[in-house]
Amino acid sequence: MSEKIDFAAFPDPRGHFGRYGGRFVSETLMAALEDLEAVYNRLKDDPQFQADFDYDMAHYVGRPSPLYFAERLSKQVGGAQIWLKREDLNHTGAHKVNNTIGQALLAKHIGKRRVIAETGAGQHGVASATVAARLGLECQVYMGADDVERQKLNVYRMKLLGAEVIPVTSGSRTLKDALNEAMRDWVTNVDHTFYIIGTVAGPHPYPMLVRDFQSIIGREAREQCLKMNDRLPDALVACVGGGSNAIGLFHPFLNDESVSMYGVEAAGDGIETGRHSAPLAAGRPGVLHGNRTYLMENDDGQIIDTHSISAGLDYPGVGPEHAWLKDLGRVNYVGATDDEALAAFRTLTHVEGIMPALESAHAVAYAMKLAATMSEDQIIVVNLSGRGDKDILTVAALDGFTF
Amino acid sequence: MNRIAKRFSDLAASGRKALIPFVTAGDPTPEVTLPLLQAMVAAGADIIELGMPFSDPMADGPVIQLACERSLAGGTSVRSLLDTVASFRKTDNDTPIVLMGYLNPVEAMGYEVFAQRCAEVGVDGVLIVDLPPEEALDVAPTFREHNLDLVFLVAPTTTDERMEIIGKAGSGYLYYVSLKGVTGAATLDPVEVKSRVETIRKHTKLPIGVGFGIKDAESARLVSQVADGVVVGSALVQQIADNAANPAVIPEKVAAVLRSMREAMDNSKAG
Repeated sequence: MSEKIDFAAFPDPRGHFGRYGGRFVSETLMAALEDLEAVYNRLKDDPQFQADFDYDMAHYVGRPSPLYFAERLSKQVGGAQIWLKREDLNHTGAHKVNNTIGQALLAKHIGKRRVIAETGAGQHGVASATVAARLGLECQVYMGADDVERQKLNVYRMKLLGAEVIPVTSGSRTLKDALNEAMRDWVTNVDHTFYIIGTVAGPHPYPMLVRDFQSIIGREAREQCLKMNDRLPDALVACVGGGSNAIGLFHPFLNDESVSMYGVEAAGDGIETGRHSAPLAAGRPGVLHGNRTYLMENDDGQIIDTHSISAGLDYPGVGPEHAWLKDLGRVNYVGATDDEALAAFRTLTHVEGIMPALESAHAVAYAMKLAATMSEDQIIVVNLSGRGDKDILTVAALDGFTF
Repeated sequence: MNRIAKRFSDLAASGRKALIPFVTAGDPTPEVTLPLLQAMVAAGADIIELGMPFSDPMADGPVIQLACERSLAGGTSVRSLLDTVASFRKTDNDTPIVLMGYLNPVEAMGYEVFAQRCAEVGVDGVLIVDLPPEEALDVAPTFREHNLDLVFLVAPTTTDERMEIIGKAGSGYLYYVSLKGVTGAATLDPVEVKSRVETIRKHTKLPIGVGFGIKDAESARLVSQVADGVVVGSALVQQIADNAANPAVIPEKVAAVLRSMREAMDNSKAG
């Protein structure tokens, strides 16, 4: 980097992170996005709004989430200390709820009585259904038909919470198609519907406001690490699908030059096989779902099928801020395969008694590799973005266990 | 004067309104598109919106989603559909062609390469659904340089402020989306459309085409009384879907629908 960048100053007023981001949607949605941006810009510095958000974070979500030193895991790996930011301990079991609480507060201010969401692994759907139940809002969740199958437990949780889960059978029947369908719903019902986007993608202002709500992860981790170790961590590691848990951890550290960062994409069967969900590693810039970012596409600009064992990472795009951070070289984007993630899922469960979501297991897998190359006095903070209960059926099936 | 401006000025001189069919290129096979375009012109089409297929058509309903899937399965790409336009131009140098679709396939081809090829084969305008004027600032000069009109959408939710921006940024014509929703969703309300079109006219001198929700001759007739152009898409694409197993009959099936609309529009008394 030739020039020092103030990362806190982005996106620019038009929602761009360098050449990425923006607002690429059909005209029908422009007014709603402009309204949302105006409301958010007014509320984000409003002490009452911040107090409401902080109150819910403390008393409904259970924050701050602990920063836990995984001592046995660190010893086993032999190298840097691995610390886990325990987002898995949040109410509903993942980081997703930080964002849905924030957006639900916005929906309440704007006066919309219905919320919709897209979901992959179901964590964002559950978090959306949860806040909808609490605020008495109607909630419909779009989910790829294949994901409905592989995340049955979360589907049933959403139903119990009073949300309607709508299986999406178009396209590749996964997260991207759920997003397409949610956009179609929103364009039709924009007058009374608030779209709770689950990740740092989509049209401006979503990547900005989702990042801001999720940044509570990094603010806490920074403070906790300073308090417990008298110093900042040497490295941060988080998995990247759309990238909301990663940006939440990274963002408050971006101006700390001594902290290196690793975003772990789903390498599926291996990048070289083409069966993966790693647009930053193997894609190229394009426009999808309202923003310009790295995409997995063919030479004609058609989006191609992705693969990952974890439904939450099975997405052909990535948040635009990550695309920008990649080009700037501020964050290193790396991969973990299905097999590596599964091995890390088992290791963390056995050694620490913590069962990670398969998404988060990608971050754990890479952190173990990274730690082995570092010294014992160095600190790695891993975002343990969700817990693995939802994945038990997937892992059991691989083990040949039937209930 | 380019083909689009000339067409609207000729129509205005004869007191007629533009009939603007939309079909997806390569649907259901690449071979059917050229005879289909020719049949639509013979049936009274004034301007043709030719869809560029995309894997993720977010603003479209199921009818056009499936058209995209059929087209892509048959191997159609932006490059190949531009070749089809070149073939069309060998026998028709008057009917304007507007390419309609999503940004990513155009961006993947490269804006300069795309615009140059459009100019070469005789494309007159481009309508990119997910490219609002604010995001078009960087690419608009490239299109302009190659004499391509940039057609923008106006929606029921568009504010007066935005109409002003769109009116200034757009060229060729404006496309008023008569419904909140995806293509092929519902039936439009002619009274509402009339009042919105009158509002839009305060912000632009461009001709106004109206689309979404025009299903038959009667809705085409009603819209033609208030707009300069009537865009019909899903109703035609449904004909293509219904006859996908026998593509040879598609040009005539689509032409029949258009003829009924043409007739209703031309016999309609304004007001």
